[in-house]
Amino acid sequence: MSQTQSAAQRATQSTDVTIENLSLSFGTTEVLKGIDLTIGRGEFFTFLGPSGSGKSTLLRAIAGFGPRPSGRILIGGEEVTRLPPWKRNLGMVFQSYALWPHMTVRRNVAFGLEERKLPREEIRRRVEAALELVGLLDLAERRPSQLSGGQQQRVALARTIVVEPRVLLLDEPLSNLDANLRVQMRREILDLQRKLSLTTIFVTHDQEEANTTSDRIAVLNDGVLQQVGSPVELYDRPANLFVAGFLGTANVLEGRVEAQAGRPLFRTADGIEVPLIEGPDGPCSIVFRPQNLVIVAEGGEPAGGAGAVKLSGVVRHREFLGSIIRYAVEVAGNVILVDDSHQRGQVTLDAGEPADLFFNPDEVVALAG
Amino acid sequence: MTSFSRRQWAPGAVGLLLAAFLVVFLVVPVVKVIFVAFQDPNTGAVTLINFVDFFNTSLFRDSFVNSLYVAGTSVIVASVIALPLAYFTTRFNFGGAVLIQTLGIIPLIMPPFVGAVAMQLLLGPNGSVNLLLDEWFGINIPFMEGLNGVVLVESVHYFPFILINLSAALNNIDQAMEESAQNLGSSGLRLFRRIVFPLAMPGYVAGASLVFLKVFDDLGTPLLLNINTMLAPQAYLRISSIGISDPMGYVISVILVAFSLFSLWVSLLTLRGKDYATVQKGGGGLRKRDLRPWEKAGCYAVVVLILLLVLSPHIGLMLLSFGTVWSYSVLPDAYTVDHYLRVFGTASQYITNTLLYAGLAGLADVILGTAIAYIVWRTGLAGRKWLDYVGMGAVAIPGVVLGIGYLRTFYDFQVPVIDKPLASWWVIIVVALAVRRLPYALRACVAALQQVSEMLEEAAENLGATKARTVWRITVPLMSGGILAGFVTSFATASVELSATIMLVSAESDAPLAYGIYEFMQSASGRGPGAALGIIAVVIVGIGTYVSHRVIERGRRERAPDVALAAGV
Repeated sequence: MSQTQSAAQRATQSTDVTIENLSLSFGTTEVLKGIDLTIGRGEFFTFLGPSGSGKSTLLRAIAGFGPRPSGRILIGGEEVTRLPPWKRNLGMVFQSYALWPHMTVRRNVAFGLEERKLPREEIRRRVEAALELVGLLDLAERRPSQLSGGQQQRVALARTIVVEPRVLLLDEPLSNLDANLRVQMRREILDLQRKLSLTTIFVTHDQEEANTTSDRIAVLNDGVLQQVGSPVELYDRPANLFVAGFLGTANVLEGRVEAQAGRPLFRTADGIEVPLIEGPDGPCSIVFRPQNLVIVAEGGEPAGGAGAVKLSGVVRHREFLGSIIRYAVEVAGNVILVDDSHQRGQVTLDAGEPADLFFNPDEVVALAG
Repeated sequence: MTSFSRRQWAPGAVGLLLAAFLVVFLVVPVVKVIFVAFQDPNTGAVTLINFVDFFNTSLFRDSFVNSLYVAGTSVIVASVIALPLAYFTTRFNFGGAVLIQTLGIIPLIMPPFVGAVAMQLLLGPNGSVNLLLDEWFGINIPFMEGLNGVVLVESVHYFPFILINLSAALNNIDQAMEESAQNLGSSGLRLFRRIVFPLAMPGYVAGASLVFLKVFDDLGTPLLLNINTMLAPQAYLRISSIGISDPMGYVISVILVAFSLFSLWVSLLTLRGKDYATVQKGGGGLRKRDLRPWEKAGCYAVVVLILLLVLSPHIGLMLLSFGTVWSYSVLPDAYTVDHYLRVFGTASQYITNTLLYAGLAGLADVILGTAIAYIVWRTGLAGRKWLDYVGMGAVAIPGVVLGIGYLRTFYDFQVPVIDKPLASWWVIIVVALAVRRLPYALRACVAALQQVSEMLEEAAENLGATKARTVWRITVPLMSGGILAGFVTSFATASVELSATIMLVSAESDAPLAYGIYEFMQSASGRGPGAALGIIAVVIVGIGTYVSHRVIERGRRERAPDVALAAGV
């Protein structure tokens, strides 16, 4: 009862985050270069990027750690850029959980409330509610060292949400867990976030984690924001080659687009031609996914419908991945990956065999440059 | 990590206070000593005349040569004691390993000068061993004659530095280093010379240079053995008998500091870039082999012999403290507790003073150490590294030099209210002890702070704790084991320090244990009570060491290693 009440309370506390032209350097190394972002109230938002992309630095800058950035960070309209971490009321869960080993679980969770000088009775009540929420009430008197990785993760979550932060910041919280637990914990985190409607920023380098949890994702590379969008948008309409390659597997061909008979035609230096639905003029790359191609033995039945593009090549190698078989096919000097869904008893092509590839032009994304 | 400059006024103020303390009580006195050494006593002009005088006086030349000889020979004798022990524990599956580890600490919990008199009674020309040798074989070995005595006492006391460093170095050599050499065709002595020896060398040199430094600077041992023709005793005697304006004490101080710096420099030089830790995951130490029975017997014989030698000061002191008369006999004539009664009855101020001084000095050291460690490793203050360098620099300043510096600097400074020169107020002894022991406490605190992941502090700040609250609730509690270790090291070594104290004690009622022991040992009738005081010192230090060991172990067990690892990312 009181729990749903405080959940409702938190929902009203939850707020939006705006980042304006944020740049940050470690010494002379620029790690964030002019980031602009708006994160909506109650959104599950992910910073995705490879290591060194600046995603953790950005999260830490929001929390108030690290060198002072230039630009502005606004939480619910209030500028916090110059506030010290302890005045921001943003809850952060650290990659290694950062549970204090000299305190019990209960004292770890109570810490933030004690710092806020709340009455003892209220602290007790809220600590127990938070531990109840993550299902660890019976382990309250243990030390962090006596808990499993997943339990430590839950204590870290409870310790953070018990102070009712305006925003929940998660810095690769799943990376220290084994694979099975990781899937379970990301589900739990998402459920918790939905229950509390807490604006959440999640940092990860794992695209699967990002795709399965996020409302929206910001892809970062080299301190530059590459693209912001829902997981499907990023996958289907990558704004650049980095996003295309980082989310899923992509075939990329470089060439030029020229108008031919009023329609744009993409052509590589090696003579591969792909008619496009739309595309920029001039130098251009096209991107298409392995699962959107159909592979048949040379001279086999054409596939992919009337407008399908056909490319001919030779199978270089084949990988069996369980649900699919992935072929690498060499077409005029370019290696193109093709996924064929695997059925029992299916005939496969071997390395060295000639093959035809078919795909629909509307599966192709053309990127200028 | 860089922090917001606006929030740095608090650490800045603390940093300035620390810097002021170090400048006033370490830099200024030492600089003053050096300055006076290069000053003409009559005109005040800068000159080398004092050094010329020094080397033109045969007494000082002899003292200089003797000090070098004693320090050098002590390194050799200490190596002879330490090498077999290090070798046995690291190369063989040897049951005596625990014994040897204990051996490595026992000498350190008793100051060398305390054992000096006891060793004279055991090993001197008319001591127990020589009486027995004379009776059985008709020979007399001059263990304790002249400089030999100093060398023996110092070696027995300081060999653990070599043992500890060398064993650590040998344990850091991975089996794979040895195996890959064998795989490539090397074996036996050649393998030892080309692989094991070079890898273990830095550890050995580090230990050896520490022994050299300690022996070269030691004042108490030669004084108690009545050897005055060495540098430190000469400095003390010149200042205490001729006065603080005599330039020779300052010249000797400069030479002592120069050699201290030199041996530190040598150890840094060998260690730099050679901090080999070649142990891979799952590895650990050279391959050990089992001993054949006769080898085992030999090993035990060597270990027991060394153990007896190492424990001889303790055994002798114990006998002396409980014996009635002990002269020209193998053992005391009879046993009594009178010495202890006398000590507790008439000399208990030595004990209370020591507990007070060493306790305050230890406390000051961990507070200074924690503050310096935090400022150096957790803030972006300009020049913060200098706090660390200067604090550690105290290691190179012999106690005699600091004592002379304090006398020179603070004699004219009248402490308000009590109306007495600062140099003769008991507090100056505490300050001297604190400055002398600061390097140990500082290293312990730095190591402790480095064990605390910054993330643990950030987590507290994220949950609303200010920097100060975070230090109080997270950083210091997590450092507590290391801080305690630092305190005990400072306390234990301060409670038996003599060289700076002996120059600064101005009244018997202000004197600590070490001084009391020295006073008692001056007369034959005082030896018994002196030994009793020595045993009390050993007990105090021993209890302190044991308690801290227990507390640290308990703390370690409470926190699991895996969390410490996870948090230490």
